[in-house]
Amino acid sequence: MVKFAHLIPIFPFLAFAILILFGRKLKRSSAIISIAASLISLLIVILTFHGLLKGQGSYKLFDWLVFNGITLRVGVIVDPLTCTMLLVVATIGSLIQVYSIGYMSDDPRFSRFFAYMSLFMASMLGLLLADNFVTLYMFWEGVGLCSYLLISFWFEKASAAKAGMKAFITTRIGDAGLLLGIFLLFFSTHDLSFSGLSAITGHPALYTTAALLIFCGAIGKSAQFPLHVWLPDAMEGPTPVSALIHAATMVAAGVYLVARCFALFFTHQPALVCVAYIGAITAIMAASIATVNNDIKRVLAYSTISQLGLMMIGLGVGGYSASTFHLVTHAFFKALLFLCAGSIIHSVHTQEINKMGGIFHKMKITGTAFIIASLAISGVPPFSGFWSKDEIMTEILRSGHPMIFIAATITNLLTAFYMFRLIFLVLFGKPRSELHPHESPKTMAIPLIILSIFAIFMGLPGSPLMNNVFQRFIYFGAEHTALSSNPDHFVMGISVIVAFLGIGIAYALYMLNKEILSKSIRNRFTGLYDLVYNKYYVDELYEFLFIRPCARLSKAFSGFDLKVIDGAVNASASMVVFLSKAKAWIDSNIVDGTVNMIARAVGMLSGELRKMQTGYIQSYLLTAFMGLILILLLKIIGG
Amino acid sequence: MIPQNHFLILSAILFAIGIFGVLTRKNAIGILMSIELILNAANINLITFNKFQKTPDGLGQIFALFVIAIAAVSAVIGLALVISIYRNAKTILVTKINLMKW
Repeated sequence: MVKFAHLIPIFPFLAFAILILFGRKLKRSSAIISIAASLISLLIVILTFHGLLKGQGSYKLFDWLVFNGITLRVGVIVDPLTCTMLLVVATIGSLIQVYSIGYMSDDPRFSRFFAYMSLFMASMLGLLLADNFVTLYMFWEGVGLCSYLLISFWFEKASAAKAGMKAFITTRIGDAGLLLGIFLLFFSTHDLSFSGLSAITGHPALYTTAALLIFCGAIGKSAQFPLHVWLPDAMEGPTPVSALIHAATMVAAGVYLVARCFALFFTHQPALVCVAYIGAITAIMAASIATVNNDIKRVLAYSTISQLGLMMIGLGVGGYSASTFHLVTHAFFKALLFLCAGSIIHSVHTQEINKMGGIFHKMKITGTAFIIASLAISGVPPFSGFWSKDEIMTEILRSGHPMIFIAATITNLLTAFYMFRLIFLVLFGKPRSELHPHESPKTMAIPLIILSIFAIFMGLPGSPLMNNVFQRFIYFGAEHTALSSNPDHFVMGISVIVAFLGIGIAYALYMLNKEILSKSIRNRFTGLYDLVYNKYYVDELYEFLFIRPCARLSKAFSGFDLKVIDGAVNASASMVVFLSKAKAWIDSNIVDGTVNMIARAVGMLSGELRKMQTGYIQSYLLTAFMGLILILLLKIIGG
Repeated sequence: MIPQNHFLILSAILFAIGIFGVLTRKNAIGILMSIELILNAANINLITFNKFQKTPDGLGQIFALFVIAIAAVSAVIGLALVISIYRNAKTILVTKINLMKW
């Protein structure tokens, strides 16, 4: 059995290295390197997938960090979940990079963009292949870094730079939880591999805490309540980034993490219930915000948050395969939605849906793709979203959480509503400002077409029409066998009714009314409208609760630093200066004085003595002669 | 027979003249000549004591011959120095030559 799965992230990483080093010289061809690397990875993913179907499994690469008899085995995981995710990431990643050629064509940092994209691909693929928490965490931070770099890619814009920081710091809060969870697991089990999770027994409170801490990481990464605030702002980045990182892949990493640790969550039900409720709150809250937002990308961002919430619900009620299924279908149609939005923005140069309108007849390909994706996300059969959402709804009903079922149903209603609100406002009606829409270049249109095909048909493998192939492929434990062999017509009926109801309301409000949003409704629900329009004031709450106190604390510390610490430093410095001055005085006056005095005394003495040196030989001789006579006289007297 | 004292007195007079010359002459050559007088005073003493005292036969005379030879050598060196000084200072008056002054 050939083991080559670990090669998957290497090619994009090489592309990153080449582009970051030689990007300036490569210019336009950097896109080709980046895309080629992604395509090679995609090829290896397909080979790995083929190997998996033939029975190949995970394997160990090497031992790392051996201490105290505990060895960290680094390997790659090759199982249905990883392989499916790898396929999704590699496919969408390649398509979006092709799309970026057109979208980023005028950007001065063209090759830098592709370098970051390649680094992201490498990290994301590595994250999916990690078979233990340490390597997972490594790549987890890697994708976080790429997210930061790409959100603030246009860092000349202050809002983009700020959004990047916000995303980084907000996800960091979740990551801190994840890290603590990893520590907790390590100290209690001495095993960080995912395969060891199913063997965990005892200490329910301890392991529930660990599971919740790991879920914190997922909350941050997947923008779940209460850490959802960064994702809408992340839309400041280039649209292909929003599509790839903040819709299809990276934000799904949180869902993937919970799915990967599902063994731990499943055996500790309180944590699982918590996942479900967080998901429900997120789903309904984000969906409601999406109904009133006026920025096309932000609506889609809230939609992403909402759908991720739905996936969390799916996991929380035990629907492992349903949730993964929705993750896959969502990745395709949400990437498609973002790429369509990017195509529209590229063409009309605005993101305000109030200024758009009636651009369908000018942008047929984009418009059609947008409608297909919207039908998919709204849950209209037979598009992909219908089947995956239906699976999740069935799971919720089976698990017996009526509140969550109601919340999810309302979310679905809102989803259909806001998606078709977008369609009616953007694609149809009359233009509400000077617009000159035109179809985007081929590099952008072709990925749209391919993704549209996926958005239509991706649901079939998980549908009863194909005997739930997908669920039989990805399942958790034995739990699946009893599941969904016969479709639940009650749930399907509700889903379809809800979807069409949402579309109908949108049609009534935005197509039949001449006003953008009928004033009467807005006036009737002023309070509620303002609440939702301002995103439930979560940002303001954080501003008030954390950011301002933090800023104030920082200022206080800064003041303390400036006054007390700097004061102490300055005082000690001036004391040293004073002491030095005193020493200098002593040195120049007393020590030098002594030395000078000795020198002067010697000088004076020698000044007198030198007068004896006349330079006349005869005077010297005379002296010598006198001396001789003196000695002789002494001799004579002495006898 | 001339008594010993006469020789010694002659020698002392010669020595005194030599010393006087050395200390008073301004001319370097005069000084050199005076030194010769001093040396010759010493030679007279040597021969006198060789004659009148009980010394091995001829020792004083040999010593005197040595002194004459050395005096010749010293005169040569002295004259060479004087010539050298003259070339540099255009004078041989020792009062003008005060290079050794501080």
